Amino acid sequence: MSRYSRHIILSEIGQKGQDQLLRAKVLVVGAGGLGCPVLQYLTAAGIGTIGVIDFDVVEASNLQRQILFGTSSLGKNKALMAKERLEDLNPTIKINAYPEALTKNNALELFEKYDIIVDGSDNFGTRYLINDAAVLTDKPVVYGAIYKFEGQVSVFNYKNGPSYRCLFSNPPKKGAVANCSEVGVLGVLPGIIGVMQANEVIKIVLNFDHVLSGKLLCYNAKTTQITTLKITKTTSEFEKVIDKKLNSTDYGVDTNCASQVPEISTEEAFDNANTLFIDVRELHEQPKLEVSNCIQIPLSQFEHHLDQINTNAELVVFCHSGVRSKSAISILQKHNINNCYNLKGGMIAVSEFLKIKIS
Amino acid sequence: MDLNIKYFGLLAEVTHCDEEILDFSKLTISELLSELYKKYPNLIDNDFQVAQDQEIVSKDTLVSGKQIALLPPFSGG
Repeated sequence: MSRYSRHIILSEIGQKGQDQLLRAKVLVVGAGGLGCPVLQYLTAAGIGTIGVIDFDVVEASNLQRQILFGTSSLGKNKALMAKERLEDLNPTIKINAYPEALTKNNALELFEKYDIIVDGSDNFGTRYLINDAAVLTDKPVVYGAIYKFEGQVSVFNYKNGPSYRCLFSNPPKKGAVANCSEVGVLGVLPGIIGVMQANEVIKIVLNFDHVLSGKLLCYNAKTTQITTLKITKTTSEFEKVIDKKLNSTDYGVDTNCASQVPEISTEEAFDNANTLFIDVRELHEQPKLEVSNCIQIPLSQFEHHLDQINTNAELVVFCHSGVRSKSAISILQKHNINNCYNLKGGMIAVSEFLKIKIS
Repeated sequence: MDLNIKYFGLLAEVTHCDEEILDFSKLTISELLSELYKKYPNLIDNDFQVAQDQEIVSKDTLVSGKQIALLPPFSGG
C-alpha cells in the first residue's frame, strides 16, 4: 500500500485530494513549539513543498516540547535540524530550510514562493510582519499562539476574511506580554495547537468548507474548554498595510531577531585590551581560539554558567559563523548583561584574520 | 443584570479568576471596563479585546448579552 493510502481511501480526499496536497507549497515561520508539530504532520501528509524559516538554535530547554529535535541537535540551527528529521520522515517531498530570521527584506520574496503561510513565531514583531507581508502578497495565514496553558488558532486573510490586525490592531506595549522562555508553557499545549494549525492547512489545500476563518478558537488545556469567538473584517486594517508597505513599519519592538544584536569586527575585538572572548561552540568544535582572554561555554549550557563570565570586560561572543552567538547574547541581555557584542563572521572570520596577521 | 465575565491568559492572573458573575446595569462595554478597572486596578496595564456572546465587539457597543470575554494577545510559539 502506498504511503498515503489512508488518505486516499477517505472519500473526502481520494487520489485527487492527495494530488492537491502534493502540489501544495506551505511556508512555516518558526520551527519551535508550534512549528515542530505543524511540520511533522504536513510532511507526513505529503504537502509537496514545505519551507521552514528559523534563525535560532536548539537549546536543552526546547526539548520538552519541540519534538523534531533530540539531544544531538543541541546548539544547531532549528530549520536545518528540522529539515534533516523531516527528510527521514518523508523523503518524497521537498523541504526548503532557511536558517535565518524573517525580516522586512526577505518576507515578501519568500511568501511569493508559497501558497499558505503558517505562523509559528514566538514574538509580536514577527507576527505583525507575517500579517502584513501576507496581506501584501495575498496569502492566507494559519495562525497559532500560546500562553502557559492556553492557545489561540485562526486562519487570517483567507477568501476575503479578516486579518490578525482586525483582531489586534497593533502590538501591545513592550514587555506587557511575556513569551514561553520567560513564563513557561505546558509541553503538550503547542502540540495540540500546532496540530490544529496543520489541520487548517490541509482543509485550505483541499478546499474544505468550515475553514477557521473569521473565528478565533481559544483552547484551555487545564479546563479542556474550547471557546470560539467571531472576528469581523475591518477593511481599514488592510488599507493601512497596503498603504504603508513593510518599509515604514517598525517591527523591531519585540523581535528576537538578529538585527538587535550589537556586532563587532574581529579587528576591533583584538585591538581592545579589555576584550573577553566567549566561545559558545560545543567543546569538540575546532579550531580553538588559543588566546588567554578566551573562555568556552557551549550554548547548550550557557544559561547555567553565566557566573564564569567576568562582566567587567567587553564581552565578545562567537561561534562558528555567528548564529548561535546571537542566541547567547539574547541570554546575556535577558540577564541584564549588556556590554556584549556578536563577533561578526564568527570563528570563520577569526581564522582568516589571524592568517592575515601572520603573513 | 447578571453578566458572566470570562478572563483569558494573563488577565485571569490579574483578576485571580477564570470567570465570575457580576451584577451590572451600565450601558456600554467601556463603562463596564471602567467598573472592572476599579475592581482590578492592574487590568488597565493590559492590552485585550472584548467579546460579547462569542463575538469580538468595539468598546462603544451596548452591553446586551449574557457573556463578556476579555481576550489578550498571545505571542508564544
